Amino acid sequence: MKLLSHIGRYLQMLGGMFAKPENMRVYGKEFFHQCNEIGIGSMWIVIIISLFLGAVTTVQTAYQLISPLVAKYVIAQIIRDSSFLELSPTIVCIVLAGVIGSKIASELGNMRVSEQIDALEIMGINSKTFLIMPKILAAFIVIPSLVILSMFLTVWGGYMAGTMTGIITDAQFHQGLIKDFLTFNIVFGIIKAFTFAFIITSISAYFGYNVQGGSLEIGRASTTSVIVSCVLILFADYGLAALLLTK
Amino acid sequence: MIKVNNISKSFGDKKVLQDVSCEFQSGKVNLIIGTSGSGKTVFMKCLIGLYAADAGEILYSGVNFGQMDDKDRKDIRQQIGMLFQGSALFDSMTVEQNIMFPLDMFTKQSITDKRKRVNEVLARVNLVDANKKYPSEISGGMKKRVALARAIVLNPKYLFCDEPNSGLDPQTSLVIDKLITEITKENNITTVVNTHDMNTVLESGDHIVYLHQGLKEWEGNNKDIIHSTNQRLNDFIFASQFMKDAKAKQMEEEMKKRV
Repeated sequence: MKLLSHIGRYLQMLGGMFAKPENMRVYGKEFFHQCNEIGIGSMWIVIIISLFLGAVTTVQTAYQLISPLVAKYVIAQIIRDSSFLELSPTIVCIVLAGVIGSKIASELGNMRVSEQIDALEIMGINSKTFLIMPKILAAFIVIPSLVILSMFLTVWGGYMAGTMTGIITDAQFHQGLIKDFLTFNIVFGIIKAFTFAFIITSISAYFGYNVQGGSLEIGRASTTSVIVSCVLILFADYGLAALLLTK
Repeated sequence: MIKVNNISKSFGDKKVLQDVSCEFQSGKVNLIIGTSGSGKTVFMKCLIGLYAADAGEILYSGVNFGQMDDKDRKDIRQQIGMLFQGSALFDSMTVEQNIMFPLDMFTKQSITDKRKRVNEVLARVNLVDANKKYPSEISGGMKKRVALARAIVLNPKYLFCDEPNSGLDPQTSLVIDKLITEITKENNITTVVNTHDMNTVLESGDHIVYLHQGLKEWEGNNKDIIHSTNQRLNDFIFASQFMKDAKAKQMEEEMKKRV
């Protein structure tokens, strides 16, 4: 019953978000502000995670490929495909659910508790449109961009770890990168990034927007939003894989 | 003018407002007073449309607020200024940006005109050189004045103040009360203040509505309140010995004058 109530209120919030902006210029400014907040604020963690994910994948793949019958370039193929299909979109978005999700939930929660959302409503501003819509639109631009950046950095991290430790040669790595390359894998990763971007921002906005109480409840909302976002990302991850990758 | 006809509001089984009717005149400071839990805040939230009343009607200059469509409701809200208990300033914006926000949203004025208007209202609330400061860098009294400046920047017809003196020292409270009264008279605004500050009641109460357990118990002004025979109101207003003595002294002086 409680779950149904949450779903209903979540859908109501999304429905209430679609209204004509009172002033496009102010909304545009808010959109760019959110792009900066979400993008620049999370870029460094994405860079660090991606480089290490690539490096670790290279070392662990090489460790498991003990058969002399398997060519070395397969390591590069595995890094490429696991990065495009899973590591960059899913792992990075789970990290972003923590970084961006908790920030959005606590920001909106604080605005609710300190009556800033009421102040917007009293001014005649649709608070859902003004506060949530720019965040979701910004995430649609920024999160897929971060995922694309992560895809390249993961492969580069793998290349650096592989060539510097002598696991794989430069030529073998390049051979593996281009062999049986499917553009669809990148498209699939980007589709996942869009889906996860929507989940992260809308779920955290829902929990933050509906906070009731004080600082303790803001903290709870922030934690709940991260947990729910992560679980939904994993559900969506499986759903999209089953839908788009099964033949 | 705001007219309230028989409004009621319940949360579950709890009746918070029961059949409350009153009229708030323009150019007057109208006070809603009552003990904690008497329904003051819910009453104010019904007036500004944050809560929908279960029954009754609220008329803004004769137009029923509850029956307005979204567009009309938005239009009327642009004529409302609100001073919140905790000021409700946007943390991420400077004082100037906070006050300029309604102008950015609803006017097409140039940046020079908007800056000029911001400086005008800041001067009106006796706050200068605070334009570039953030809410976290100013005192509670200054926050209230910035919030008041933001509330009046669009020249509202209606001004609502939710406990404007909470958390302020008595001297700053008097400054805020004086500002609210002056701005109300100067611009002929219909001002509704939710308070339990006795200084405000006795100094600024042009019209007072006393609520007790969701019912309107008494209505009058700051002159009438001294002579009120309503026991609950007297217990509320003259709760301290100091206030009781002050009332006795006032009554004695009036008696002497009559004799």
